Amino acid sequence: MRQGFLTRTPSVLIFLALLALFTLVVTLASHAYGTAFLSTSFVKTLGKTLCLCLVALAMDLVWGYAGILSLGHMAFFALGGYMIGMWLMYARTEDIVVQAQANAPLPATPQEISDGVASQIFGVVGGAELPAVWAFAHSLPLQLALVVLVPGLLALVFGWLAFRSRVTGVYLSILTQAMTLALALHLFQNDAGLRGNNGLSGLQNIPGLGQVSQDRLSVWFFWASAGALGLGYLLAAWIVSGKFGSVLRAIRDDEQRVRFLGYSVEGYKLYIFTLTAVIAAIAGALYYPQAGIINPAELAPIASIYLAVWVAIGGRGRLYGAVIGAAFVSLLSTWFTGGRAPDLSLGFATIQWVDWWQILLGLAFVLVTLFAPQGIGGLVDWAQGLRAPNRRGAPLGPDAGALQEREATE
Amino acid sequence: MSALLEVSGVSVTFDGFRAINNLSFNIGARELRAIIGPNGAGKTTFMDIVTGKTRPDQGSVTFGDRSISLLKLSEAQIAQAGIGRKFQRPTVFEDQTVFDNLMMALKKPRSPFAVLFFRPSQPDAARVQALAEEVGLGQHLARKSGELSHGQKQWLEIGMLLAQEPRLLLVDEPAAGMTLAEREHTTALLVEMAKTRAVVVVEHDMEFVRRLDCKVTVLHEGAVLAEGSLDHVTRNPSVIEVYLGRG
Ligand SMILES: Nc1ncnc2c1ncn2[C@@H]1O[C@H](COP(=O)(O)OP(=O)(O)OP(=O)(O)O)[C@@H](O)[C@H]1O
Ligand SMILES: [Mg+2]
Repeated sequence: MRQGFLTRTPSVLIFLALLALFTLVVTLASHAYGTAFLSTSFVKTLGKTLCLCLVALAMDLVWGYAGILSLGHMAFFALGGYMIGMWLMYARTEDIVVQAQANAPLPATPQEISDGVASQIFGVVGGAELPAVWAFAHSLPLQLALVVLVPGLLALVFGWLAFRSRVTGVYLSILTQAMTLALALHLFQNDAGLRGNNGLSGLQNIPGLGQVSQDRLSVWFFWASAGALGLGYLLAAWIVSGKFGSVLRAIRDDEQRVRFLGYSVEGYKLYIFTLTAVIAAIAGALYYPQAGIINPAELAPIASIYLAVWVAIGGRGRLYGAVIGAAFVSLLSTWFTGGRAPDLSLGFATIQWVDWWQILLGLAFVLVTLFAPQGIGGLVDWAQGLRAPNRRGAPLGPDAGALQEREATE
Repeated sequence: MSALLEVSGVSVTFDGFRAINNLSFNIGARELRAIIGPNGAGKTTFMDIVTGKTRPDQGSVTFGDRSISLLKLSEAQIAQAGIGRKFQRPTVFEDQTVFDNLMMALKKPRSPFAVLFFRPSQPDAARVQALAEEVGLGQHLARKSGELSHGQKQWLEIGMLLAQEPRLLLVDEPAAGMTLAEREHTTALLVEMAKTRAVVVVEHDMEFVRRLDCKVTVLHEGAVLAEGSLDHVTRNPSVIEVYLGRG
């Protein structure tokens, strides 16, 4: 069946080939494994971009295919980052504490080490106790499990409550946004036990890999991100290519009708919402070690809105559209806000892109929504000489003999 | 003959307006039934109640051999129990092909897990092909259903209902907007379907109802006004007054 799946969806093979090629090129241009053409920080930017592409893929599944405009997926992304960040910070601090006490006359007891770690991590917020949420932070396997479990369970419970009472459309978006905001505000508090607005830092230093240079680590994380994106793409394509994808798109277009076909719409929504939350969390867990720092501002509702903008600009309802949108817009955004874009002098005023980029992005979003709902991905259709079928309009052809639309790739 | 669907004493109020008023009637297991009535008589609301979209304020609705109550089931559970519904305007998934539409409707396990791992087998594909031919869409399997003509969409929807293999089929104004030839095809389909299951047709068009040649129920202000053959009910003075006498 797998064979059939790949041949039926050639875009998957093309995507994976391009991703592999890109990975190879970046590796050969890196400091650690190649010509040093790309700086290590830029390799990290590219690796982070791949993680953003993965979360955009999740957003496309839940929004582009199932029609649920979630403004909470960046919260799941950040939660994934927090979960891995706790282990990174704990284990590294533990190393430091053990080293510092190595010269002491008596070997340190586990309790002393634990106390030392707690005061190192929480001194900054005036605490010396390890909060209960850090109970598993000493163990990588447990904390990795939490990367999946915490966002997954949150999505499951939230989704169950929201979908069961049939909240849809803009109300659901507002509800997801409220969840995101509440979570961010909670994490801002020192009581939440995650260092309040300081967040977690030093995440780029991987415990046990202290000897490995950042030049190498950046490439390793880039590989991991590319691998995750490849697997995520394969999974998403497999999901949407079958009957499950059919049902998702049907729910997006007319959920009442789907109910009368005997499908429990709420069950499907919950399923895809939770699954995509987990994908987002995994993307986040790969992103933040490359970013080095995470704080509650990462959960701000605006982040999830950006995510929706990327997917819209890339073209929702097609997987490669989401990836293109996330890569294109986030890289452009890095360029504009990084102060590298030259100022534009209009004579009477000078446009500084750091300030104007957001306006440009907002404008692009409005224009795409109004005039090119297919987004950048629509260019692919255009290049293939296809015209998008108008789903809401009148029938395209009278009867037999009407134009036979070639199936869109995907 | 025991009834497949039993509606008894059902009432629904929308914002103080009684759309269905103590409605009771039965449908047999292999019966073709037409429901007629003026605009706003409550025909669509009746279907909403049976399919779980609207909850009645009082009364009971039971279905099947074991007379399960439909009032506690969700729309999806009611559909799985064997009640199919065709809407007033054609509702097919226009973004998807005729094949995908039919495959989605095909009677198969409906849980997300089962559907995720479902891949159509040879017999499934053959069944879809046969269904498409039955409703006259055998040549159009690969087309997006959004491109079909109005009549073809109606048939696709009927094909989807057949694929569900329901024991009771509720059809709301199937002939609306159809050409004469399309109407005849639709009549034949409905009569054919009623041989193996119960079919309830709501229709305004008297000629269409006459061609169905079946028992007729006249609804008025949410209650049954008359029941019997078309000739019988059209002779009923109160029916003439509220419905036929209008125009
Ligand atoms: N959801 C609702 N909220 C308020 N009123 C409703 C609702 N649904 C139906 N009604 C009212 O109930 C009455 C019955 O409507 P219904 O749609 O069942 O009529 P109908 O017999 O199908 O008419 P038509 O022949 O026009 O299709 C109408 O007066 C309608 O306005
Ligand atoms: Mg009606």
